[in-house]
Amino acid sequence: MEFFKIRRDIPFMRHALAFNVVSLVTFVLAVFFLATKGLNFSIEFTGGTVMEVSYERAAEVDKIRKALDGRGYNDYSVQNFGSSRDVLIRMPLKPGQNSADLSKAVMEGLSADDGTAKLRRVEFVGPQVGRELAENGALALLITSLGIVGYLALRFEWKFGVAAIIANLHDVVIILGFFALFQWEFSLPVLAAVLAVLGYSVNESVVIADRIRENFRKMRKATVTEIIDNAITRTISRTIITHGCTQTMVTSMLVFGGPALHYFALALTIGICFGIYSSVLVMAPLVRWLGIRPDDMIKPPRKEKQEAVV
Amino acid sequence: MNRYSLWVYVTVAVALALGALYTLPNFFGEAPAVQVSPARATLKVDNAVLGRVEEALKKAGIQPTGVFLDPASVKVRLADTDTQLKAKDLIDQALNPDAANPSYTVALNLLPNSPRWLSALRPMYLGLDLRGGVHFLLQVDMRAALAKRAEGLAGDVRSQLRDKNVRHAGIAREGNNIVIRFREPETRDKARTILAEQLPDLQLADAGAGGDLRLVASIRPEAQKRTQEFALKQNIQTLHNRINELGVAEPVIQQQGSDRVVVQLPGVQDTAKAKEILGRTATLEVRMVDEDNMNAGALAAAAAGQVPFGDEFYVERNGQPLLVRKQVVLTGDRLTDAQPGFDNQTQEPAVHLTLDATGARIFKEYTRENVGKRMAILLIEKGRGEVVTAPVIRTEIGGGRVQISGRMTTVEANDVALLLRAGALAAPMEIVEERTVGPSLGADNIKKGFDSTIYGFTALALFIMIYYSVFGVFSTLALCSNLLLLVALLSMLQATLTLPGIAAIALTLGMAIDANVLINERVREELRNGVTPQAAIHAGYERAFGTILDSNVTTLIAGLALLIFGSGPVRGFAVVHCLGILTSIFSSVVISRSMVNLAYGSRRKLERVAIGNTSWK
Repeated sequence: MEFFKIRRDIPFMRHALAFNVVSLVTFVLAVFFLATKGLNFSIEFTGGTVMEVSYERAAEVDKIRKALDGRGYNDYSVQNFGSSRDVLIRMPLKPGQNSADLSKAVMEGLSADDGTAKLRRVEFVGPQVGRELAENGALALLITSLGIVGYLALRFEWKFGVAAIIANLHDVVIILGFFALFQWEFSLPVLAAVLAVLGYSVNESVVIADRIRENFRKMRKATVTEIIDNAITRTISRTIITHGCTQTMVTSMLVFGGPALHYFALALTIGICFGIYSSVLVMAPLVRWLGIRPDDMIKPPRKEKQEAVV
Repeated sequence: MNRYSLWVYVTVAVALALGALYTLPNFFGEAPAVQVSPARATLKVDNAVLGRVEEALKKAGIQPTGVFLDPASVKVRLADTDTQLKAKDLIDQALNPDAANPSYTVALNLLPNSPRWLSALRPMYLGLDLRGGVHFLLQVDMRAALAKRAEGLAGDVRSQLRDKNVRHAGIAREGNNIVIRFREPETRDKARTILAEQLPDLQLADAGAGGDLRLVASIRPEAQKRTQEFALKQNIQTLHNRINELGVAEPVIQQQGSDRVVVQLPGVQDTAKAKEILGRTATLEVRMVDEDNMNAGALAAAAAGQVPFGDEFYVERNGQPLLVRKQVVLTGDRLTDAQPGFDNQTQEPAVHLTLDATGARIFKEYTRENVGKRMAILLIEKGRGEVVTAPVIRTEIGGGRVQISGRMTTVEANDVALLLRAGALAAPMEIVEERTVGPSLGADNIKKGFDSTIYGFTALALFIMIYYSVFGVFSTLALCSNLLLLVALLSMLQATLTLPGIAAIALTLGMAIDANVLINERVREELRNGVTPQAAIHAGYERAFGTILDSNVTTLIAGLALLIFGSGPVRGFAVVHCLGILTSIFSSVVISRSMVNLAYGSRRKLERVAIGNTSWK
């Protein structure tokens, strides 16, 4: 079986400007939503308490609200989680409040209404821990970006490093933009997914960069545009099949993984879809605009030999 | 050209065999179990205990699936969680006739279900989100620890100066400093010499002039550091003691950073009780009642907020107001044991305390000097004190045995004793992070994580086999071996598997196929260009390898960043992700190529290979 029978190189670079405008618009939109709506951070970052309560029958959210109001709580949120029988109660942080007492008091209130109420999970994060998690997350993103640029610069050329990281950070911003637009909950697993996608879609850039390097050696007479077009065309089937396979796994998580993995899988899905687009159609034009030349990649013969050994 | 030397095949075979062996225990899973361990250091578990356990179960008609004795405990494996709970209660009753003073800790646990010959190897260690349990992150209040140390040192300064007959005009604690006032410079000099010699932890500085001379003593930085380290260590020890009282099979109590403690209690069902015991930060303090001010006027003024200097206002349990001196006679540090019991004369519930040698000496001195006066025993929880009792000292109490009684119920006496026995915390702690997962959610999580991996993997394998034909089969087998090696590695390292960890397994498999796609596409391309099949296979693997390495390194960079900066769920993801990248390089390159080499490498005249249609060009 073979899906891609492409006989001539597709002139991707001819439309580079159009692609870049598209990605610029998406990027600006994502930044706009991030700025105006902001991320809906989970309590892991903001601090607070989350309780997951399950009932034997469908949970009556209104009744739960009334019970909580009756106990003098306000500023909480109650919503169904996964199924109609499970609810998630979120409570913000209050100074001087003890998490142990809080979950106990809430459960007493709920059990009084319906004896089948069962506490499935409690998560409490204090304000300081939340701040640390947010800081560490940002730091991880920074270190990953620098590490990838550094490695690509070492293996290829700084222009590839810069182009690849711009392309892939643009994916990250777009994922975050989606989370801001739909106000999906941004939790620690989502952060892990974002970083995993960052590492993963750089693969794409690496594969194309590898091909461009190879082409510079083989196609001595071709122009840079032709070389890039050829590199993308030759790898396009691998790109789509690989991403399709990864997406199969991720879709399976989205469908069967339950609510705990839902946003994690969603972040991966967006990341994978935009990853294809950005590494092929953002990274390559950027490299050209940064002015890649054959001499950048084909080092003197002695060096080339060394690289062949790697 | 497509032949590996023998050692490569041997390496692959050995890796796969080891992988299979270490993965095996996971198929048997874990069974609910009850674990019996001695509650006191003087007790041992032996065959007699084993016999009693077996007998207790037999009487109730419970058939355990296995009973084991190891040096530290007796373990009973049971068929399901219902019998587990029942068995726990039965064993508890049989071994601990006196519930208030248990000899053995009976706890719920999980035991590998694997046959005996495999019992040396363990299945993957499931995280709390998969097996249920509680996770706490506790923050130690270091400022309070230092303040407490300063208070203690102030007491030492006072007694040193009294012993050496140095007349001072008052000692007060200001923050973490101790300020001593003097009238004459000579006394100050004398005091400085004495204190510098006797209390090396203090740094002394002169202040004030004329008639108001002061000596300001502050705790040296290295002594501060020592105090903080000690506070953390003692708190961890205290937590150990308290958790032992709870009866948890495999608790994790670890220091994190310089002032935090992680506590993980797998399988704990009664989380409210756990939090209550852990969250308590009770310390015991013995102080004197200020008899001089115990008149109606002073008490009324104190109740209105005008407390005499050096005193604190408390209300006893029966509602009687009380003025207690701030100066501490004894703290919980001097306590070695606390047992609930009954008063010999009144038969009221009581708590019997045993003090260490220093504590006993101080107590004897104070009771001798203060016969007829009242002494207050306070329980300080979260900065708020409560007067447990304020008895009149009838006679000198020596020997370090003290009894607290008065208006307590049996349950209260039990609780107070447990709290005191568990040891005082050197500094208060606060829960800054908590995750509690019920056991049913844990089982759900396992099922969901497992399902998504299996369904995704099946779909992926089917597609790859159809698309790449025989090479697709090789790729799928390589992917299977990747999964095998990854699970084996996780079992071997006993890394904690969490739900994000399972997600990482699925994701790693989805990403690992990239290497095989790269190789297969390259082989196809070479074939299309008219290269002979053998050369195409060779070129495909050789040329793709550089790319595979590069792309895995970038993924690994992201994984390592997550591992270093991540905590909690992210760390569980990162560990599996990083290990998965390593196993996938090996399996998708070396293992898949071994299979291809075995199948095609020895054929001199290979006309075509089954990698799908390549003849369209």
